[in-house]
Amino acid sequence: MENNVFTGQYKSRKRKDIFFKVLVLIPSGIVVALLVLIMAQVVVNGAKALNLDFFFQQQKPFGEVGGGIVQAIVGTFMVLAIAIVIALPFALLSSLYLYEHNGSRRANGLLNVVNTLQGIPSIVIGVVIYSWVVVPQKTFSAFAGGIALSILMLPLMISMIKESLDMVPPSYLEAALALGVPRWRAIVEIILPAAASGILEATGLGIARAAGETAPLIFTAFGNPFLSLNFKGPVSALPLVIYEYIKSPYDDWHRKAWGAALLLVLFVLALNLFIGSRKKR
Amino acid sequence: MNDRRFNALLGFAALVIVFIFAGFLFTLVVQSLPAVKQEGAAFLYGSEWNPVTTRFGALPFIIGTVMTSAIALIIAIPLSLSAGIVMGEYVNSSWVRSVLNTLINVLASIPSVVFGLWGIEVVIPLVRNLAMLVGAPPYGAGILSASLVLAIMIIPYMSSMTREALMNVPAGLREGAFALGLTKQEVVTGIALPFAKKSIFAGILLSLGRALGETMAVTMLIGNATRIPTSLFSLGNTLASVIASQFNEAASDVHRAAMMALALILLIITMIAGWFGRTMMSKGTGAYGK
Repeated sequence: MENNVFTGQYKSRKRKDIFFKVLVLIPSGIVVALLVLIMAQVVVNGAKALNLDFFFQQQKPFGEVGGGIVQAIVGTFMVLAIAIVIALPFALLSSLYLYEHNGSRRANGLLNVVNTLQGIPSIVIGVVIYSWVVVPQKTFSAFAGGIALSILMLPLMISMIKESLDMVPPSYLEAALALGVPRWRAIVEIILPAAASGILEATGLGIARAAGETAPLIFTAFGNPFLSLNFKGPVSALPLVIYEYIKSPYDDWHRKAWGAALLLVLFVLALNLFIGSRKKR
Repeated sequence: MNDRRFNALLGFAALVIVFIFAGFLFTLVVQSLPAVKQEGAAFLYGSEWNPVTTRFGALPFIIGTVMTSAIALIIAIPLSLSAGIVMGEYVNSSWVRSVLNTLINVLASIPSVVFGLWGIEVVIPLVRNLAMLVGAPPYGAGILSASLVLAIMIIPYMSSMTREALMNVPAGLREGAFALGLTKQEVVTGIALPFAKKSIFAGILLSLGRALGETMAVTMLIGNATRIPTSLFSLGNTLASVIASQFNEAASDVHRAAMMALALILLIITMIAGWFGRTMMSKGTGAYGK
């Protein structure tokens, strides 16, 4: 009798256990299915747009079929180049500040500012850079877009570089100092090279994060139907082209929007995978 | 170069970062003054947004933002918690785990504008059919479409943060519970989840911060209407999406100032969500000396 009570209870507990497992497995299955579906649609729809013209031709006039999005590909590289040139030195120097003043009140304050910056919606960065750069210059420009993206990538890069600096064994610095090397040289020539791979990863992730951003570019780089290498003038970018093309009534442009999306996703993924594979080593 | 100059250089960079942030607040406050002066406190609760008559009330967008984020959270929480629990507690094979991790990371790295594109081609037709089924206006675009895509976008963050929170539960607690003969479900709901609840809640808050400020996907899906949304199928706007769709076409200086004020409201809301999330996170990981 006692035994029956025991097995009865056990059975109901076992049933609950299985029920719970199903309860969490089904939604997880839905999530995985959605992810696969989205990826598959980007690849399948995007692949239809890809051909040589797509990569090397400029946009055709409204409504005409054909042409490509070379202006957006080049524009994306232009704004990203500006962004990284601005962001990397500031990210390096301010994460070195955090490294040197680790735990101090000022460093903690800076860390708080960095975390808060990280949470700023990208559209807000767009409107502020509009009034900082576009209004005084009286023109949209690749330059303004690059500045907006640099502010977007800064906080992420600072916290990542800070992390990789902290991973360098303190004995490196101590050994250098004990040999009489000035502190700044020890940091520049010993600590920074030791953290080089982390710095590279931070740069890669910063680029990956910024490459897909549209909101900060709408009011800064603005977009441009023509190929432009002028940093002082408006340029197009892959995300801008997606946003603009899908709103248009032309099927050919819709196809190109998907193509641009595939290109963008592949670029961001390649960066992420590259960094992921480095991290494992 | 010497140590003093080097330190000065570092301090300068740190100051620049702080000034960027201070400059953001300063610029937004100063630039939004014309609109705030005109509307006063009514800017926050006024329900009319009309650039032509220059009436600017932010209420429709505040409601739109709260509605889309809330619905997105309601959809995303059960899905993300389940996925996080499965990844953190049920998957034993390292192969499956790394596939799931990669998948989640891939989804997290897809740009928002691509989600918008996907939403336009996939979600909007679905929602349109649903609207016709229930007799609502069949726009397709609207609050529901935006919320659905928003939910999908925050799932990767929320589920990986849930997984991380569960993995931070000390192994000893779990082993002890198993040794006492508890079932997996009892260990998860009775030991692991209560232990990790603060970190999980922090993850939800941080995801909320993302949802509130998310711009492109929402702009592409919400239908850009400047009235207070009354149902799931209403067209609407969020704080972020109205800026994205109107800023470049601002009809007047007051109109532009009003959008600066919207950006300021958005910044403050997301700052509060992020601050709460981070405080909660440090409390969550601070427990149990880990």
